[in-house]
Amino acid sequence: MCLFCVPMPYIRCVVWIMSVWMWKSPEVLLYCRCSEGREPVFISDMASFKPTKVQFLPKLGEKVTEDTLYWKNYKSPVQIKEFGAVTKIDFSPLAPHNYAVTASTRIHVYGLHSQEPIRSFTRFRDTAYGGSFRGDGKLLVAGSEEGLIRLFDISGRVALRQFTGHSKAVHVTSFLSDGFRVVSGSDDLTFRVWDVPSAVELSSITEHTDYIRALAPSKLNPDLFVTGSYDHTVKVFDMRSGSSVMTMQHGHPVECVLLYPSEALLVSTGGRYVKIWDLLKGGQELVSLKNHHKTVTCACLSSVGNKLLTGSLDRHVKVYNSSYKVVHNFDCDASILSMAVAPDDEVVAVGMTNGVLSVRHRKHKKDKETLTSRRRRGPSYRVFVKGKNFVPRQDDFLVSKPVKQYLRKYDKQLKSFEVSKALDTALQTWTRTSKPEVTVAVIIELNRRGTLKNALAGRNEESLTKILNFLLKHIFDPRFSRPLLTVGDIVLDLYRQVLHQSPVVERQLQRLMEVLGREAELQQELLQVLGILDTLFASLTPRKEVAALAALPVDQGPQLQAA
Amino acid sequence: SLNGKYKVQRHGLFVLCTSGDSVKVYSTRTEEWLHSLQGHTNQVTGIALNPANHLQVYSCSADGTVKLWDFIDGILIKTFIIGYPLFAIYVSEKHEGIVFLHIGFQLVAVHLPKSAEQEVEAKELSAVSSHISPNPSCTAFGREGQYIAFARNLQLNVYFFRKQKTYSFSLKATDKKGAKNAFTCIACHPTDDCIATGHEDGKIRLWRNFIHKKEYTYSTQHWHHNAVNTLCFTPEGTNLLSGGIESVLVQWQYGTGNRKEFLPRLGGSILHVSASSDGQLFCTSHSDNKITVIESSFKVCGVIQGLVKDAVLTDLMIDPRSKALVLNGKPGHLQFYSLLRDKHLYNLDIVQQEYIYEAGLDQFEVVKAAFDIKGYWLATVEERGQKSSDLEFFLKLWSYDERTQSFVLNTTITAAHTDRIISMCFSSSEETTMLVTIAEDGQFKAWCQGVDADTQQDQNFWSCDFVGSYHNLKPTNCSFSADSSLLAVSFQEVITIWSPDTWELLTTLCQPPGVIRDLCFGRLSCSKYLISTTTRNLLCCWNLLTCALEWSTSVEVSKLQSDPLSENVAAFSYQSKHTDLFVFKPNEPRPLFTHKNVCSEKIHRAVFVPREEPLNNCDESSQWLNRSQLYFLTQNMLVIDDSVAVTPFYLLLGKHRQQQQKLNTPSHQAADRPQQPQGSVTITELLHTPAHVLPPASVLCSMFVSSLLISNTGEMESSEQEMNSEKEEEDSEGEMEACDSQQELRAQGSVDEVTPKLSKAQERELKRVRKTDFSWMAGLIDSKP
Repeated sequence: MCLFCVPMPYIRCVVWIMSVWMWKSPEVLLYCRCSEGREPVFISDMASFKPTKVQFLPKLGEKVTEDTLYWKNYKSPVQIKEFGAVTKIDFSPLAPHNYAVTASTRIHVYGLHSQEPIRSFTRFRDTAYGGSFRGDGKLLVAGSEEGLIRLFDISGRVALRQFTGHSKAVHVTSFLSDGFRVVSGSDDLTFRVWDVPSAVELSSITEHTDYIRALAPSKLNPDLFVTGSYDHTVKVFDMRSGSSVMTMQHGHPVECVLLYPSEALLVSTGGRYVKIWDLLKGGQELVSLKNHHKTVTCACLSSVGNKLLTGSLDRHVKVYNSSYKVVHNFDCDASILSMAVAPDDEVVAVGMTNGVLSVRHRKHKKDKETLTSRRRRGPSYRVFVKGKNFVPRQDDFLVSKPVKQYLRKYDKQLKSFEVSKALDTALQTWTRTSKPEVTVAVIIELNRRGTLKNALAGRNEESLTKILNFLLKHIFDPRFSRPLLTVGDIVLDLYRQVLHQSPVVERQLQRLMEVLGREAELQQELLQVLGILDTLFASLTPRKEVAALAALPVDQGPQLQAA
Repeated sequence: SLNGKYKVQRHGLFVLCTSGDSVKVYSTRTEEWLHSLQGHTNQVTGIALNPANHLQVYSCSADGTVKLWDFIDGILIKTFIIGYPLFAIYVSEKHEGIVFLHIGFQLVAVHLPKSAEQEVEAKELSAVSSHISPNPSCTAFGREGQYIAFARNLQLNVYFFRKQKTYSFSLKATDKKGAKNAFTCIACHPTDDCIATGHEDGKIRLWRNFIHKKEYTYSTQHWHHNAVNTLCFTPEGTNLLSGGIESVLVQWQYGTGNRKEFLPRLGGSILHVSASSDGQLFCTSHSDNKITVIESSFKVCGVIQGLVKDAVLTDLMIDPRSKALVLNGKPGHLQFYSLLRDKHLYNLDIVQQEYIYEAGLDQFEVVKAAFDIKGYWLATVEERGQKSSDLEFFLKLWSYDERTQSFVLNTTITAAHTDRIISMCFSSSEETTMLVTIAEDGQFKAWCQGVDADTQQDQNFWSCDFVGSYHNLKPTNCSFSADSSLLAVSFQEVITIWSPDTWELLTTLCQPPGVIRDLCFGRLSCSKYLISTTTRNLLCCWNLLTCALEWSTSVEVSKLQSDPLSENVAAFSYQSKHTDLFVFKPNEPRPLFTHKNVCSEKIHRAVFVPREEPLNNCDESSQWLNRSQLYFLTQNMLVIDDSVAVTPFYLLLGKHRQQQQKLNTPSHQAADRPQQPQGSVTITELLHTPAHVLPPASVLCSMFVSSLLISNTGEMESSEQEMNSEKEEEDSEGEMEACDSQQELRAQGSVDEVTPKLSKAQERELKRVRKTDFSWMAGLIDSKP
């Protein structure tokens, strides 16, 4: 029974440590807890020094979300040089998910982790386009500049079939989902459907008025496919009716179309825009995204969570979340022409105009483990748990060592009221450069104690230069400007008489003045912009009459951040 | 509440300290309050152990008596009547039967007559000195009581009893280095001829050889940077203890020059230090109502903490979880104080910075705090730089951690507003918690626990949800309705009603002239009403369904407080130097209960404290207290000190009253909390006379009640009943209030509500009427049916 609880029935003892009339001393741990409040104030924690609080200031910019973490978890890209611009990448639907890369006059098939092609199809006289796998991953179809469409067996070299009929280059080819028909879109404004076994043209439809550069067959219905053309339209064709059943105006030459797995949503890219269409609502536009600043050339869906990825000539791949906000961004070296994501998001392959294929592999925990296991092991586990898992028996006296409080050097100096030394410590080169917030925290603490002036006084040229350098670097940082301006004031007050004796200090003050002048100008400009914005917002907000009482609608206004 | 004025302890078992008009006895081992020695009718100014019997203690009081107690059993042994207000008491072993008292500006030796009677008048007074410092710690007995040393301003006097002579030693007011040499305290070495003196600039001087007037010497030691408040030699004389505003107890080794030990960060500034007679324990009393018990090895072994009431900047609040009263505690802390047990629970560190004990230093202080309805969230505002132009403040949000049973910092908002935050409140709905702050920059902001769409995980930090303003007017108050469907923010003279869901301005209510001071929504059945008070003596009640003024009355309301458990609203009205209390329901302008002249000062804070178990009081006048009690706080101590035209006695009494700042309205169980003496002198006398001296309660009762009554006799019976039920004389206020309730209730919407002042003649007439026997009326009433 602990003494703390004896006269107070409302406290329940958690652990009985002592005999009844044991003196309560700070040495003895008391495991008491009030039933209604919290633990009684321990005497030991009363007299400890509270260290200087270093303010944690949030970094401006992108927030870290789960999506960003997911998409950041890729290794640095592997670059593979192709012979020309990479126009099409297609992953085989079957494991081990090899992928076909169409570039120049060849189609290379790479394994997921190979850097050399495991197979290549080189029998093209002119540039090959749009190499894509059949649903079973055994056949590959590709168009070409000369208008021929070739069908390859994945294990063979020579084309199994050749479909002739297009008069101009065929940029897009694809199998329909039954696997027996091939659809192709060509620059001669037609697209044709071919029968694979007999190699005959089943139908040819001319509905587009410009080059056809995008094609997406439906996976659920073997008769449906979507085409996009440079005539700014996206059309949905039904082979059963032999004509388009739906037409959507994209507004820009369509570079790529993409169907969601549910096939309720359709993505089309063209110009700087990515548009999402709802097919179930008769082709209503859901969203129009404008995140790229050059033509969006390709789009694909990740297989985990169906996140949309778009690549553009502006060298960026953007990843959107389910509400179509950009959550991640991959940077590339050149304009992007094609892109594909392997099943399970294992690999992101990006093809570029300069013929480089950049392949990013996903990081795995396994890799990390092997990495850490290579590292030198620290002290053994036993060192850290030594004596900590000892369970006291009922009649034992627990005598705890007073926990030593570890303080930073500047805190130790502040504790003993050595203000100048504390400031010196905080201004040490390493702290000053890599952790300016610590330096500023010490300055704020000194100011709070009313001893900042004492700490700054009596310095020689060298240490004064240090302070002024720090000011020069950080005085316009909105997080630090307030305390640092105070420091500047005090320095000027203290050293006004002797400043002219040191040319170094004088020069620094000159620079400080310039910096502050520039900052003042910037602030003024910002305020002007804010004023303009305010008037804009005010004119945008509709005026409402509130129940016959004169009350202006309150505009929320743009909120100026701490900056 | 505890008031560590001065304490002495014996064999390290007990700590005695003066507290208002009683002396409290604490155990040093358990830190529990054992009992209090009650009997003085005014503030106890000094205590001293009886040198002849170590189980007895002398206490002196401003009521002009010295009492001798057995402090172990808490029995009053004797009362010596001196007849003058006493300010300090000193005793010495050598002078048996003599106590030295501080009367006016004189130090007087009083022979205590040896008589068997309980109450004796001590007449043998002889002045020792006529000029002593009003500070009681500036006088001390020397070695074996051979001499007494007392200092005043810059002069140290030593009076030798054998020679009957006084030697004086003076210091210059200032020296070249700008030292301030005025004496602040004195201590004499128990076995050596040495006097230690503390000075205003923090120096300690050790005087020796003062037996020969011309050849005295002193050595100076300097560690304290502000005035030394107290000095004490340990019983063997090996060490000297000193303390001051720095809150560091310094132990100087006697005779070894400058060797010293420190015990820092004890709490508020140290006011007194004393050592137990065996030298094993020291204890210090602090300005923040605390006594620290320290072992001789210089380790803290116990803390006796009372309610800290330095400067209450926050509202009085009730922690919904522990039902504890929450207000400013230690600097930078919030204290949780259990009213049920009259015990300090704990301090919550809000500022989390090292507090520098230095006079005149501007440091962060908690100025606002608010709990949400479930007690899961706590919002605090801390502020620095009230005096200077650059104001710094932080808004902090704390969440309750079930595991550690305490509040944990969740969010710190550095620049919540561009100017000072005036007020804040949590929404009272159970589902969503929202905080609204209003500030002097003319905006109000709503803060929510931000749930970001981008992050799937629960982000439970707080962020700004809405910024609102109204014609750039300065907001004055804000309040959520009982179901949190409406937010009322008052902007100067206008009340704006907002919908927290859509942030739409629903309507505005305005009743000029006068800036809105308080706002509160009705509860339960009266939730459609909004009550506001203005600076121009107007109390308005708005009906929110019709958006019209329901009723208004002209009354100067300094504080409006609504009971969270009932419809009742309490209004404190400050008029012509006294405060009246009205309790009403918003649906009718007639007050349920009126209490005239609650106290003579303005009331700044008030709070309804829910009872653990609702009372079943049928009496109509006190029904409003069935579910909760009303506590209120008057102005700060400073105000009284500033008032000029007061006699020293009033000053003392005023201070004395201040120490009991916390008032308790009727019928509370805690008898240990001293009541505010109210009303006439006779009541005060009656209440402070020891119970055993008084005639039986049954005799006293009717007399007492009739002394209070003014009105007709018809209602006398009810109050008598109540009187009987509360047998203790101490519970003064129950009766007082009962009689007040008989004063006429306020008429609807009446403008002039001040009760007519009775002239002297009328009063006399009333007294006469009161004394007449009305028993014949009882006969009439009985015979009537």
